[in-house]
This record gives sequence, C-alpha cells and structure tokens, in this order.
Amino acid sequence: MTTPATAPPAAEALCVEALSKRFAGVRALHDVHIDVRAGEVLALMGENGAGKSTLLKILSGDYQPDSGRLVLEGEPVVFRTPAEAHRAGVRIIYQEPEIVPHVSVAENVYIGALPRRRGRLLDRGALHARVQADLERYGFAQVLRPDTLGGRLSAAQRQLVEILRALTGNVRVIAFDEPTSSLSEHEVDALFALIRRLRDDGVAIIYVSHRMKEIFRIADRVAVLRDGRLVGQRAVAETSEDELVRMMVGRDLSAMFRRRHTGAARDRSMLSVRSLTTDDVTDISFDVRAGEVLGLTGLVGAGRSELVRAVVGDLPIRSGRVLVDGEPVRLRSPRDAVRVGIGLAPEERKADALILERTVRDNVSLAVLSRLSRFRIVRRGRERDLVNRYVRQLDVRTPSVEQEVRRLSGGNQQKVVLARWLARRPKVLILDEPTRGIDVGAKAEIYSLIDELAAEGIAVLVISSELPEILGLADRIIVMQHGRITGELTHDDATEERILALAMADQLTSEGVIR
Amino acid sequence: MSATEAPASPVSPADERTTTGPGRRWGGLSETALRNLALVGVLVVLVIIGAVTRPDLYGDPVRVRDNVFTILEQASVIGVVTVGMTFVIIGGGIDLSVGAIVALAGVWCTTVATQSYGTFGMIFTALTVGLCVGLVNGGLISYGRLVPFIATLAMMVAARGLAASISGKQTQVSENRTINAIASTDVLGIPLLVVILAVVVAAGWVLLNRTTFGRRTVAVGGNREAARLAGINVTRHTMLLYALSGLCCGIAAIMLTSLSTSAQAGAANLYELDAIAAAIIGGTLLSGGRGSIIGSLLGVLVFSTITNLFAINNLATEVQNMVKGGIIVAAVLVQQVRFKSLTTIFART
Repeated sequence: MTTPATAPPAAEALCVEALSKRFAGVRALHDVHIDVRAGEVLALMGENGAGKSTLLKILSGDYQPDSGRLVLEGEPVVFRTPAEAHRAGVRIIYQEPEIVPHVSVAENVYIGALPRRRGRLLDRGALHARVQADLERYGFAQVLRPDTLGGRLSAAQRQLVEILRALTGNVRVIAFDEPTSSLSEHEVDALFALIRRLRDDGVAIIYVSHRMKEIFRIADRVAVLRDGRLVGQRAVAETSEDELVRMMVGRDLSAMFRRRHTGAARDRSMLSVRSLTTDDVTDISFDVRAGEVLGLTGLVGAGRSELVRAVVGDLPIRSGRVLVDGEPVRLRSPRDAVRVGIGLAPEERKADALILERTVRDNVSLAVLSRLSRFRIVRRGRERDLVNRYVRQLDVRTPSVEQEVRRLSGGNQQKVVLARWLARRPKVLILDEPTRGIDVGAKAEIYSLIDELAAEGIAVLVISSELPEILGLADRIIVMQHGRITGELTHDDATEERILALAMADQLTSEGVIR
Repeated sequence: MSATEAPASPVSPADERTTTGPGRRWGGLSETALRNLALVGVLVVLVIIGAVTRPDLYGDPVRVRDNVFTILEQASVIGVVTVGMTFVIIGGGIDLSVGAIVALAGVWCTTVATQSYGTFGMIFTALTVGLCVGLVNGGLISYGRLVPFIATLAMMVAARGLAASISGKQTQVSENRTINAIASTDVLGIPLLVVILAVVVAAGWVLLNRTTFGRRTVAVGGNREAARLAGINVTRHTMLLYALSGLCCGIAAIMLTSLSTSAQAGAANLYELDAIAAAIIGGTLLSGGRGSIIGSLLGVLVFSTITNLFAINNLATEVQNMVKGGIIVAAVLVQQVRFKSLTTIFART
C-alpha cells in the first residue's frame, strides 16, 4: 500500500520528501519518501546501517539533509537544531534518554521549563502536582512517582520521563527509537498502552524496532529501509513477518538456523552444575556437553543471569558443585572461570564486555594477552595475526583491526566479544542474550557462528528470552522460573507453548492447566 | 505485494560505520600523534617567544644549550612524578598524594640515621617509602573500596604530617656527597637528572605500550567490568598502579633532595596539581582508558618552558600561575573542539 497521490489534507502530519544524505561519500539515505499521518503508528524497520538512525537524526535536527525536505502539517520546515524540532512539536525518544540523577522525576520532566513562584524560586508543590496529574492522565501513576530521584529510575521509567517531557509541549510527531530493548514484558504493555493513547489523541507516531511481534501489535503501517533506500511500505494487516524480513535483508531467512553441529561428542560433559544454590537460585543441576548448544530460558527475573554469574564465580555459592570437563572446580572470580576454560559474554555488551574507546585489536586480544607475550612484552606481530584471523573467521565488518569498537554496529560488536573468547579457545562458552539489539541479518550470522562453535566441540550455553532463537539454536532447553529449573525439553519436543508453560508453571498449575 | 522490492541480493549491511570511519585518522596520523604534534607546536611557539623577548640569550648557542638544559632539569622531577600519575589516571584513578609522598620519602631518606647507611641506604629508603605509601594507597582503594580521590586526599594530609613529625619541622640537610652530586653531574654532556627523566619516560612508554601490564591498565581504565570478566585481576592491578606512582615519587624524592641538598616536609608542594595538569594537557583522559606517556612529558615541558620564559624575562610568578591555569583550560577546550569538529567535519562532508 503506497501513499495515494492525493492524500486527505491535514491528515499527513509529517512528510519526508526525497530526502538524501551522504557521509564522507557514503550514501546513508537516498531519495527517501515517507509520510506519517496524524493518529497512526508507522513502524520503521531496517537492518543496522539501513539509514533509520540517520533519518531520525534529520527529524530531530541533529543532521541536515543534503537534499529533500521535511513538510510538517503542510508547511515545509527546516530544523537546524534539536531545540527547533522540539518547538515545532517533533520529538525523538531515544533508548537511553538523558536524565539528571540527583533531581526528582518532576524536575526532570520540566527541566528547562520549571514553574516558578514569584521571583526565581522553584515552586516544587505545583510542579509535583502537575506531573502527578500527567501521570494519572496517561495511566502511569502506578509506575512512576513525581518525587523519585532520577538516578533511581529503571530503563523503562527513564523512557517514560522522556516521553512526559515530549508531552509537555505541543507534540505533533513522536519517534521511538527501539524503545523496548531494555523493557520487561509488563513495561512493554504499559508503553504500548501509552502509544495507543497518543495515537488516539492524534499524534503521529514513528516506531523503530527490530522486533517483529511488536510491529504487528502496535503499528498500522510499516516502512522498510535498506541501504538508505525505502524498499517499500505495507499496511500491517496486509503483510507478514516473512515478507518484512525479505524486504529488510533482501534474502530469504527461512534457513536462519542451519544446524551443522552434530553433537558427535555429546557424551562428554564439559560443564556440570550439581545442586547449585545461591541467593537467587535453588537446587540447579544441569550439564552442557561438548559439541552441544544448551538453551536456558525463562521469564525476566527467573534467575538465569544470576545463575551463570554464580557459575563463573561472580556471585557467591551457598551449596552445590561445579565441574568443568569432569574436574570439580572452586571458582572465586570470573578470572578463575577464564582460567579453567569458561568464557562469558554478558548480557550488557557495551557496559560489561567491550572497551568501546579501544580498537578491535585491543578488545579481541584482552583475554589472551599473557599467551601472546614473552617476558610480559606483548608480541605485536603474533597479536595482529591472531586478531586478524578471528576477525576474518567471524567476518567482523571493520575497516581495520585498529578501528574503535564503538564505531561498529551492534552485530559486529557482538562478534568482537565472541572473537575474544574464541581466541582463548574455551571449553565452555556462556552467551547471555547474544543477539539483543542486533538486526536480523547479523542475528543469522551469530546463529550460524554459534552452530559452528558447537560443531568444533565447544560446549555452548545460550541464555535467551527470544523463544524462536532458543528453539532454533538449542539441542536441549532448560526452563527456569523463580530461581528453579521447571523442566527440560529436547530440540524436537520443544514448542513455544511448552516452553511458556514451564516458564509460567506455577500460575498454570494453580489453574490446573499444565499437561 | 512485493512488487516494489529491489531485486534480492546478498547485501551486507554496508553501514553507517564507514561514514564516521575517517574521523579517527587524519593524514595517516593517529589521534595521539596529532595531539602530541600540537603540543610540540605549542613548545615551538613558546621557544619563539623566548627568542624574540631575549634575543641576546638566544643568539648564543652555548647559552641556548644551557637554557634548554635548565628547562629540562626543572621538568625532570615533576616529569618522573607525572609518568606514575599518567598510569594511575589511565587506569581510572587519581593520586593526590604524590607531592606528599615525595616530601615524605625525601625527609625519611635524609634523617641522620638513614644518612649513616650511606648512599645506597638513602636511595633504598626513598624508593621503599614511595613504594610502600603507594601500596597503602592502592590497598585502601582496591581492597578497601575507597574512592581514589578520598583515599589519596587522606594520604596527602597524613604523609605530610608524618614527614613533619619525622623532621621535627626542620629542614634536613643532606651530607651525602654522592646524592648531592646527582644534580650537578653530566653524563656525556647531558645533566644526570635529565638522563634519569629520559630513562623513566622510556621505561614508562615501554610499560604502557608494549607490555601486558600497560594493556591491562588501559582495559581497567576503559571498562573495569569488561576487564574483570575477561579474567584480569582488576583489584591487584589497581593496587599496582598506585604502587608504581609511589615508586616514581620515591625516584623524584632522590632527585629533589639532590637539587636542594636538603629535604623538608613542605617540599614538592602542589606537585599533584602540576602532574595531573601535565597529564591532562598531554591528552590523558581524566575518566581513564586513554593516555600517552609522551603527551604527559610534553605537558610537563610546556609548563617548565613557560616557567623559564617568565624567569628569563624577570616576570612575576603570580602572572605565570595565571597563565598556567589558562593553558590548562585552553588545552582541554581545544581537545574537545578538535574531537567534535573532526568527527562532525568528516560526518558532514
């Protein structure tokens, strides 16, 4: 469904007309036409690097287009700065909004426009009352209090503050940039309720996300970008996941999960956990065998990340044992775990795994520096050879190994983390949410890498909340709830329904639903 | 329905990364090299100012050489301290106690008792005191989980107190001829103090850029958590960084004692500020994770050249301190602007 030539007037809140933008000779956007109407949710999809961010940054006034123009409610507009975009009623809600940690939610919302009592004194009472009223109006009184300090807010609450900020002005267009990547299921529901309310109030909404399910839940139309061009627009009702994926990547991803690892050496348990109990988990036992992929899933808060943190010695163990390759080990720190051959790629890639300001080389060689050095002097030739080998093997797309990691896309950053552990030749690799925030194409590559690693005989433990991912990757799946294992499924038996039944076992058994 | 699609092809996400890629390098030089080159430029300008204001001095090669050595000698003590400081800052910390450690090590190695053990005893004492105080700093910070600012601030006060109590607030004169001769000895025509600085800087450069210790320092300062999960013993490493800084202070204490043939509790006043300032204008990030030994050396040289410029022109030191303050601010501003403009210029053309 492409845009009709004669759209009903006033219905189109924002038209992007023939927008083009080049960076250092590289085309980021090329002749892009997109319209958003008042009272509709337009999903914007595309792989990383497709041009979504550039488009948002042009809308926000951060970048100026090389050609083309923006038309806001019939009037051509030019945003030279984000402030100009704000004044015109165009707001972008980024994943990590700027929040002042030491002042209240209310002051954060009205930052820059604080109400004053006579003179220059801040009228806190009026401010809190106003924000409380806003919160009640939008149905968030349960989730957020005006007097909470900014520093105590969860990711979801921070986004909410940013949204409230946007709503304090006369907002015409709101763009959400992957808003749900750090939200729990419950928070996503609340966010969607808010988006629907805004839509019903006549705001035009642009929703950028990788998550298909969300697109189908919230969006009215979908526009797909690829390599800076608009590939097509569809009404959500008239399209399918398969079609959107094809549009985004330009290839069919039905074979996203190719399973080459055979599990020939499956009888050798590389990581055994026996009756492990910590503050967060109770009586956990499982094995990860050489050459297999074990999936670990459960709802957020089930204790998955806490479990692996305890396994690598980062959280104290109350009772139970850990064996690596049959040998009992006592791991007191992640350092001990690395030494016995366990690598952990944590959930928060940027915060916990990468040194963003340093090069690909520095990041890949980090865990193997001693092996690369003689008399503590790093042998740089060997280092470069090793890093280059893994960069090639994992197909990390970087101009050179001297590129700073922060300049790579999410998928390539994750490959750098994997390369670091592969260089260490681990026996066990633990991957916590390995594809979070990564676009579809890169996901497929990460999946095939995981498959290869297992084929090489590494025992891989994958933690994931994305059921299709777990179903496609894992040979066996263990499901956790409230810090306990509620069941185990084999690759062939597992279905989304069965996993969910185990993940929510207590709710269901209380109603007598489970099997 | 898929009529509007482009023909399916195995497209690789060709990326926004290429758009910002060239921002890092400019004419084939790394950003660190660029920054250092800019500092060399500042030094050249300062020398030209010196030559213009004192043509008599700069007209005579012998006096020029002497003046250069004067500048380098003045830079030597603080330069050694700055090398240690640079490691601490790159590793994500700060050491406010360096001046106090220099004073304490100086006082301790010039007590009558220590002097009775001779040259070796004095040098050993100065280095040990520096190292031990550094280890205490490091222990408080890494194992005691104190904020570096607080721990070293406390040490700064305590070490000066200890130095005052050891010396009875008296200036202790060094009777040791060998120690006293360090500052007046030349090696192959170069003052020994300058040679010591050169050796420490060279050792610091190798340690930072070529060894596992240096790489881990950068990793710990760049992302502590990532370093920890990658198997680096972050706690021990942090302690070693402060020990290294303390050791540098011990070396500096010997040099300073030799220069003044005495030691006192109030010596090396505000060295911490000079060292931090030199490291910062040399391009070391105060937040850690990036820094350069050569940059720090150049930072020290800029300061001592300014001091020299004022001295040869008989100008008041008050003005000099104001100029120094201005230079610190200007250097940081320039770095920010250059950082921004490089990336935006490349991003926008």
